[in-house]
Amino acid sequence: MIRIINYKRGNLNNVLKAFLNFGFEAEIIDSPDKVSDSYGLVLPGVGAFGDAIKTMNKTGFSRAVKEYIASGKPFLGICLGLQLLFEQSSEFGEHTGLGIFKGKVKKFTVKQNKIPHMGWNQANIKKQSAYLKGIDDNTFFYFVHSYYIEPEDKDIILTTTKYGNEFASSIQSGNVIATQFHIEKSQENGLKIIKNFGEACVNNSSN
Amino acid sequence: MLAKRIIPCLDIDKGRVVKGVNFLNLRDAGDPVDNAMFYDKEHADEIVLLDITATSDSRDIHFDMVTSVANSIYTPFTVGGGIRTIKDMKLNIQAGADKVSINSAAIKNPDLITDGARRFGSQAIVVAIDAKRNDKGSFDVYVKGGRENTGIDAIEWAKQAEQRGAGEILLTSMDKDGTKSGYDIELCSKISTQVSIPVIASGGVGGPEDIYNGFVNGKVDACLAASIFHFREYSIKQVKEYLKEKDIPVRL
Repeated sequence: MIRIINYKRGNLNNVLKAFLNFGFEAEIIDSPDKVSDSYGLVLPGVGAFGDAIKTMNKTGFSRAVKEYIASGKPFLGICLGLQLLFEQSSEFGEHTGLGIFKGKVKKFTVKQNKIPHMGWNQANIKKQSAYLKGIDDNTFFYFVHSYYIEPEDKDIILTTTKYGNEFASSIQSGNVIATQFHIEKSQENGLKIIKNFGEACVNNSSN
Repeated sequence: MLAKRIIPCLDIDKGRVVKGVNFLNLRDAGDPVDNAMFYDKEHADEIVLLDITATSDSRDIHFDMVTSVANSIYTPFTVGGGIRTIKDMKLNIQAGADKVSINSAAIKNPDLITDGARRFGSQAIVVAIDAKRNDKGSFDVYVKGGRENTGIDAIEWAKQAEQRGAGEILLTSMDKDGTKSGYDIELCSKISTQVSIPVIASGGVGGPEDIYNGFVNGKVDACLAASIFHFREYSIKQVKEYLKEKDIPVRL
């Protein structure tokens, strides 16, 4: 089963229904009990970093996610679910993240650009990945965010996107993939990544 | 590069899409879900659902509709009309709306913007401003569907909305709405250059050149239109191809 973490901030039905429409077994979970038993785990995200990490710590999801990722099974982070994987964010004060990857989450500061970075922007592919099967270079995805990640290890960067400066708009390391853009809100191209992830989960579980 | 957004707006009355000019001669134009799916396939960049009835007795129909639309498309959408409280926002977001748009209620209680932004994030809070020129050459904010002049300056109100945590401004020109003579370019550019959040232009589109003008001279980030898309005068693709030819960054 692919499980989608619910920390009570937004509507996760789009993510759920995308998996179900492709015929994958998926469900939304409110507690970390079933995390270790999953063959795919999704951390979506809306809202503020500090608030989210606090809820994740309190509910036990933080520890469960770290253990799950350490097991090497496929993991997908979306938007805030990408940012939470890093060490630190300065959104409304300094907050410590899950620290799966080294690096910080920073606010856009370029003066001539509006914040939030909202709308459809292009992903420039930096390395090949099975998770990007069927996705052309410079494909448009839907973004809504005011903060971006700055990974220390540049090798994990999967795509970059230009908004003033160029920032890392998705990362991949082993079976962990995470996107700043909302694949559940990016029409057919977003759905391709969801399908690729679902297939990776199923293949991985049958090995 | 960030694409300029094209946003079709669906006016909803008692759970049905209606078409009309200046809200007169309303005609049934089908199911909101069918319409939303049509625009999703056409590559609308976002969709706005504006519930023009939004009376308390039609609330169940309203939420059923929001849920059905959310379950049928993979395009971000905003719900407006009759949102007055944090609870209204919460129910719409739970039903699947990505953003909620508030208008009169924000004027009456500006804390609603701040509270909503804190609770759901700024990106989810759109402040809709209905503005009309006054005889001094500035713009007043109107409420209650354009029936009541608040006397508040539209530019000042937009700045305040931003400070209070709004993520976006949906700016409608009352003078231009329904005229098909183009957006109020002066209004658009004045507000768009005074705030650092995205601005959506609304009211007055007659064709693709008006949208081009909105982006280039109105300096807005997104353009909303209703009738040109509803009446199939132009498809979203036609508008985007027109813009692309003129070097406006769009997603085809």
